[in-house]
Parts: sequence; C-alpha cells; structure tokens
Amino acid sequence: MILILLTMVFLLIRVLPGDPVMLHFEKNANPVAVEQMRHQLGLDKPLWQQYFDYLLGIFRGDLGLSMQDYSSVGQQIFSAFPATLELAIYSMIIAASLGIFLGVQASKAYNRPQDHVIRIFGIVTYAIPVFFLGMVLQLTLGIGLHWLPVGQRFNPTIGIPQSPWYVDLNTPFSTALIPSLFKITSVHLSTGLYTFDSLLEGNIFKFVESLRYLCLPSLTLGLVLSGVFIRLTRSNMFETLRLDFVTAARARGLRETRVTYGYALRNAFLPVLTMVGLQFAALLGGAVLTETTFSWPGLGRYIVDRINFRDYTAIQGAVIVFGLFVSIVSLAVDLLYAYLDPRIRL
Amino acid sequence: MKKPVRKRSSFSNQLLKIGSLSKRGLAGWLIIVGAILVIAIIVMTAVSPWIRPYDPIAINVGPILAPPSYQHLFGTNDLGQDVFSRVLSGGGVMLQVSLLSVIVCLAIGVPLGLFASYAGGVPDRVVGLVMDSLYAFPGLVLAIAIASTLGRGVINMALSIAVVYIPSYFRVIRSQVLSIKETSYIEAADAIGARNRTILSRYVLPNIVPSIVVVATVNFADAILTAAGLTFIGLGVPVTVPDWGLDLTSGRRLLTSGAWWVIGYPGLMIILLALGFTLMGEGLSELLNPRLEQ
Amino acid sequence: MNERTADESHLLTVNGLTVEYWTRRGKIRAVENASLTLDKQETLGVVGESGSGKSTLGMSLIRLVPYPGRIVSGDINLEGQNIRKMKDEEMRDIRGRRISYVFQDPMTSLNPVEKIKDHFVELIQTHEPKVSKAQALERANQLFRDVGIQQERINDYPHQLSGGMRQRVMIALALALNPSVIIADEPTTALDVVVQAKILDLLNTLRDRYGMALILITHDLSIVLQRSDKIIVMYAGRIVEYASSVDLYSSTQHPYSQGLLKSIPNIELLDQKLEAIEGSPPDLLNPPKGCRFWPRCSFAMPECRIEEPPLFETKKNHLVRCYLYKDETNDQ
Repeated sequence: MILILLTMVFLLIRVLPGDPVMLHFEKNANPVAVEQMRHQLGLDKPLWQQYFDYLLGIFRGDLGLSMQDYSSVGQQIFSAFPATLELAIYSMIIAASLGIFLGVQASKAYNRPQDHVIRIFGIVTYAIPVFFLGMVLQLTLGIGLHWLPVGQRFNPTIGIPQSPWYVDLNTPFSTALIPSLFKITSVHLSTGLYTFDSLLEGNIFKFVESLRYLCLPSLTLGLVLSGVFIRLTRSNMFETLRLDFVTAARARGLRETRVTYGYALRNAFLPVLTMVGLQFAALLGGAVLTETTFSWPGLGRYIVDRINFRDYTAIQGAVIVFGLFVSIVSLAVDLLYAYLDPRIRL
Repeated sequence: MKKPVRKRSSFSNQLLKIGSLSKRGLAGWLIIVGAILVIAIIVMTAVSPWIRPYDPIAINVGPILAPPSYQHLFGTNDLGQDVFSRVLSGGGVMLQVSLLSVIVCLAIGVPLGLFASYAGGVPDRVVGLVMDSLYAFPGLVLAIAIASTLGRGVINMALSIAVVYIPSYFRVIRSQVLSIKETSYIEAADAIGARNRTILSRYVLPNIVPSIVVVATVNFADAILTAAGLTFIGLGVPVTVPDWGLDLTSGRRLLTSGAWWVIGYPGLMIILLALGFTLMGEGLSELLNPRLEQ
Repeated sequence: MNERTADESHLLTVNGLTVEYWTRRGKIRAVENASLTLDKQETLGVVGESGSGKSTLGMSLIRLVPYPGRIVSGDINLEGQNIRKMKDEEMRDIRGRRISYVFQDPMTSLNPVEKIKDHFVELIQTHEPKVSKAQALERANQLFRDVGIQQERINDYPHQLSGGMRQRVMIALALALNPSVIIADEPTTALDVVVQAKILDLLNTLRDRYGMALILITHDLSIVLQRSDKIIVMYAGRIVEYASSVDLYSSTQHPYSQGLLKSIPNIELLDQKLEAIEGSPPDLLNPPKGCRFWPRCSFAMPECRIEEPPLFETKKNHLVRCYLYKDETNDQ
C-alpha cells in the first residue's frame, strides 16, 4: 500500500498537466536554464527510469534536490521534521485528553444540559478553521495577555536544547570517509524534540521555554481535533457505564472517580487508541496550517514555503514524507492494538 | 413476463417524514438549524450585489483599519476595503468550490463505488486498494499537492478537494452495497433474470441514497474548511474576488494592530457556513441511522 | 446528623416507596407505595415475575436505580437513618459497608481485568483506609473459608472460576465489611440446580453467623418458601401480599399468590396438574384501571375494575391487596 502511495505521488508531479520544470519557471522560461535544471534533477530521463531512481532514492533516504538551490531535499526535510513531530505529539495529547475528559463528563450527564453543551462544543470546534482559531488565540492569549509567544519555536536569545551526548567525528578515519560538505566535527545526538532534548540536557529553563512556545500551536490543533474524541468517548462510556460490573462496583461503595476511570474507562480505552491512529492524518493536515500561522519551522511550513518557490521536487519529497509518516503511525497503532487487546493477551 | 414488484425503499419512506421534522426531536432541530444557516448564507451571497453598501474589492472606500462604525458596519481593512461588503459577498467562492467538488465526487465516486462493490473480485480489490491509500493520506496535504500543480482558481480547488474526498464516498457506498447485496430481494431479482444495471438502479441505489446524502453534507463542510485552508496557503483565488479565506490570510499581517474585525467577521462566517452543513449532517445521520438507545 | 424516625425498632423500614422510570414514551411506575420492615437476622423474600418491580425495589434500597429511574416518594430508614436524605458521599459509604448487594450474574458483575484479591483489597481499603493490604488479604482469606472456596483461587481472574465459585466470591465481597443487610437479587438464577441449593443454604448460614438480615429477591416462590421468615409478593409494581412464609403457604390469600403456589411442582403429588396463570403482566405505561391483576383473576368482581384495593390486614402481620378480604380486616 505504501508502494501505491509513492507511485501516486510520483505520477502526480509528472503526469498532471504541466511538466514540473515548466511549472517552476512559469512563463519566463529561458530554454537553456530549463534544460539545465531538467538535466540536473534527472527529469530528462525516460519515465520508467525516473520511477526506478525515485524508488531507489527513497529507500536510501535520498529525496532529490531542491529546485531552488539544488540542495538536498532530504536534508532539509530531516531538519524540519522533528518540529512537526513534536507539535503533533503534544497536539494529539491535548486532543485526546480533552476529548476523553469531556466525553466522560458528557456520558455521565446523559441528555442533560451538560451533555448537550459538550456535544455542541465538539461540533463547533470541528467547524472552526484551524488557522482562524490559531489567530484568535494569538490575539487573545498571545498579544492580549502578553503571556504566550505567538510565533517561532524557541526563544532566539538562548541556544536550542541539545542533548549532552555527541559523537565525535573528528577522527582521521571519519573525515576521510565522510565528504566534508558540512565540516562537522561532532554531531550532537539530539532528537530534535526540544522538550525532550532540554530534559536530556538537564536544563529546566529551556524545558519551560520550549513548552511555552509549544503552548498555543498545540492548543489550537488539539482543540480542533478533540471533537472526534469527545464523541467517541461519550458513546463508548455510555455503554460501558451501564454494564453490570460497573453497577456492582458502585454497589460495593467504590468511589465514583474510581468507578468511572478505573473500571469503565479502562474498557473503553481501546477504541480511543484506534482513533488516535485514524486521526493522525487529519492531524498532519491541520499541522500544515498551524505551522504556517505560528511560523513553526516544521514540515508543514516547509511545504508551504516551497509552494511559493514552485519547488516541485521539494514538494514531492515533503508529500512522500507525510505519507510515510502516516503509514508508520498506523502500523504502530495496529501493532499496539494487537498487543493490548485483552482477547489476545488475557 | 411480470414486472418485478418494486420494493418501496426506505428512503422514500423517510422523505415523507421530512414534513414532520420538528417533531423528530433533537435530530430534526439540528437539520432545521443547519439548513437555515446554509440557506441564509446562500441567499445573502446571492443578493449581495444589490444590498452591499460598497464594492467589496474597491480600495480606499473608507479610512484604513477603521473600527466598526455606522458607515462601515464591520469596519475596514488595511486596503481601505469595507469589511461588511466583503463579508456579504465573500461566500461565493466557497459555496462554488464545495458545490463543484461534491458534484465531481458524486459523479465519479458513486459509479466507481457501485461498480467496484457490485462487480467484486479483482476490480474491487484494485480500486479498493487505491482508494484506501488515498483515504489514509492527510487530506489537506494531498489537496495542497494537487492544487500546487494545477494552479489557482475555483475549478482547480474543487478538483483538488474532490480527489481527496472520493475515497470517503467510495467506502460508504461499498459497505452499504455489500450489505444490501446479500439481502434476499436482490437474489430474487437476480433469479428472475433482471439485468445488473436494472438491479443497481432500481433496488440498490434508492437504498444507499440516505448514506450518500449524509456523506455529501459532511463533504460540504469539509470542502469549505479545506478551501479556506488552501486559500490561506495561497492556492486559492486571485485577490480580485472577495473571499473570506483571503480576508483571513491578509488579516494575518494585522494581528499586532489589534484590528480584530478584519479577521473576526469573515472567520465567523466561515464557521457558520461549515457549522450549518455539519449540523445538517449530524441531524441527517441521526435521523437516517438512528442510534440504539436504551 | 440524620433524623431518627419513630421506627427505630426495626433494622430497615420502608414506607410508601414509589419509583418511576421517566422514559421518552412516558412514566413507568415500577414500584408503587411499597412498605416493609426488616429485623435483624430475618430473611425477607421478595417474589414476583419479571417486571414486577422487585429488582427496582432492591436497587432503590441502596439508591442505585438506573437512569431514567428515580425514587419519587417514600421513606427508607436503615437503623434509624433516612437513606433518601443522605448526601451522596454518605450513601456511597453505606454501600458495601452497611448494606451489600449481590447481583444476579456473577460473571458480568466482577471486573474482568482485575484479580479476585484486588477486588477485596480495593473494597476494604475504600471503606477503611487504614487497613493495610496484608490485613485486607487476611480478611479475604477468612471470607473464602466462610464461603467455601479454596484459598489459592484468590489469585485468579474472574473468568477462571466457575459460576458457583464466582457467586461465592460475590457473597464474600458482600460480607467483607460486616453489613447489617444483604440484598441478594436472583442469586441463583444463573446457576445450576445443585449449586443453587448450596448457595442458598450458605446465605442462611452466614446470616446466622454474622447476625445480618437478608433480602432474597427471586421469581421462584419455592426458594423463599423454605428459607425466609417473611415474604412479599409483588405484581406490576404493587405489593399484593405480605405475610410470614408459613402463613403464605398455609393460608395463601391473594389470587396471584395462589396461582404462583399452584405452579410449583411438588414431587410428592403424583397427579399434580401444574397450572399456569393465564394472561401476561400489564403494560406499565398504560396499566388497567382498578386492581392491576383483575384481567387475569378468576375471582374478579365489579369493584375490582374501578379502583385499586388497598392493603387489608386479615391477620396479624398478614396483609393482602384484594377486595375479597375487605371484610376480614383486623383494624380499619
């Protein structure tokens, strides 16, 4: 299935009306420059050979060269990716927690005002365009309260978090092997996730800072996505709360919070996990808009920038990565589900 | 040869119930409220050329970034355009794009779904595989990718969005058809030698219409939001057309000035339009597929 | 703190209890105007067919009537405390500690992902936070001895035990905090006949040993005839007869109770004709006017169709809701 995905992206760029190079140059196309680019990017080879190179390249992690400056698309994506990953993780956490919490509250107040309010909330948040919500939050919480930053990923006055471990590449052996394109002497083994890295570095201030910057973007994305979780949790919990063992637990005098979360929720949890996997695609879509709104240096903003430059190889590369990302996450969720399903384990 | 008795489809039964929508409880109200919102916006956009106080794309009709006042009910933006007029007229693009994309989806998705699921076997699996891959893909990203190659404009936007949503139609139709396929009255029709095409159009189609309607309304809502997203990124319509999405995009620059009315009102309209369709979808789905309660 | 009512002499007093279910289609009176008393070490049997309101009556005693039901009127007093007026937190404390409930189906009543021992520890520590885990397990082991399960089974999950064992676990959980009252709702319906008798005997034994009161809710009159002191017969939400089990057997008064009695197979009667009661219970959304039972009653008189009979006390502590006995009352 991944293969089909990749093939479709390949065809997308080449087969759709407009040869990518022509599209890049638009009308003022100097034929020499066009040919030069075409040759540099390998777009003058026969289609089937391009396809082969394309697949091979992906396998090796080579996503081609950017139309703008012929730099490695793979490298650019690699540096932009962790930002999106971090945003995605925190947004999903917010969406799921908020959704589950509200869903539980709604299911317990079934058909009473609280239930209706929460359901309407879920519907309305879905109808709000992500970037609009982002701007509203920027206006109110960011500028209005002077409290949270409205753009960028980190405080520019201090260094970005990096893990304290690094690999020293400045040995004769390694400098001979690795072409000194980057003149690196050591590579910090950072994950690129600022929150995580700052903890690795042991720097609490950086940790707080990275969270501060993450706040608004992930809140925006999380709010919009929470609606689905609210609905799912609500209906699941409604059924589970009516099961015998829940009533029996109450009859034993166990505390309501314990009954709700320990008994009922545990059993309603699995579908939520599947939903996380399913919602991931939507999350990434929303991430593109959120990153643009908050100037978050992730893959989403990358793709938007590249569109402005008409850099089709880069767009192709980014789209591939998005697709792969979603596939990997779905796979992981499937595996996790199989592991956690009590019918298989217990 | 006797004509086979046409089974009265559940959909026509339900059509009769529309008259008593308000008695149908919460679901009925959702549909009514949603429909009112949508129709109101459509009407507003349609009559806007006659009722708007200013030309929405004319610049400098008023002071720059003026807050709401009697002359400019919703204030003005940084180009001196009247926000109120822009709000009145700005829905056109989104309505057109969503309508167009729904039509394309119906035109392509429905026959595809019917064909694949009814034929079964290899064609079904192949098409299904392609559809599943598309479905799993982040919608907006795919739309962006397509729109970036096609360029700007209403038709291109609609096509990009349509491609993203065809798999949803396909899936719904397929699951519906598969469940109906096994029912006995299809077998009976088969037994008396009715042609496949007849079976499809007279028996299968009427029964899956409810689900299609539900998917279509959700599709409308999503299309509007996606269209707004595409515009926000710059893949929408040229600035000569008033559009709420454009207002939001340009409004971005103005955040620090605190001119909330430039983005507030257009944004509100987008929400209302999307909400209208969503409510209709919710109500319809609850009505046509009632949830088991107690 | 809580009000003390006049009826302090009884362990449990219920007065005029009415429970309704407020559904979309209308209000259903599952229990109407029920009154009863229960004393220490007494067993009260509540008999009725499905829909008679017996389970609702039981659940209302611990205020766990499921949505959309609610207790509309009446008093429930446990050891002098008004249960209806208690705050939620107080009620929660009482559940499991002073009144316990044993449910019908033990498989679905236990938490499938928790070990049996965790059920006990959780229960005990919720009500008595100062008890350590070791002490709780100690008590659990003791209870296992009381109900007759092997000690090792405490480490199992519910699905690893047989039906009879699970029910014993439920009973042990009900006993764990030495309650004053145990309500057992169809405790043996999900079990086979041999195990049924054992469980019922067990309940009575434990009642004596622990000095509690027992309420047995069942549809099977034969179970309670032998094992209870008093019996309540319910029909369509009403108590139709209330007597000691001896009196109920020897001088059954209400036509419905008579019908129930006749439908119990008696192994000693070789020629016995089993008689079922004709007809079916009324739709509680639109109950018949007058006595709820008159459509099925072979003794129905004109006045039965007009107004519902009140409870007549024919002998001491023998109440019956039937116009046949209106002249026999002890006090008016």
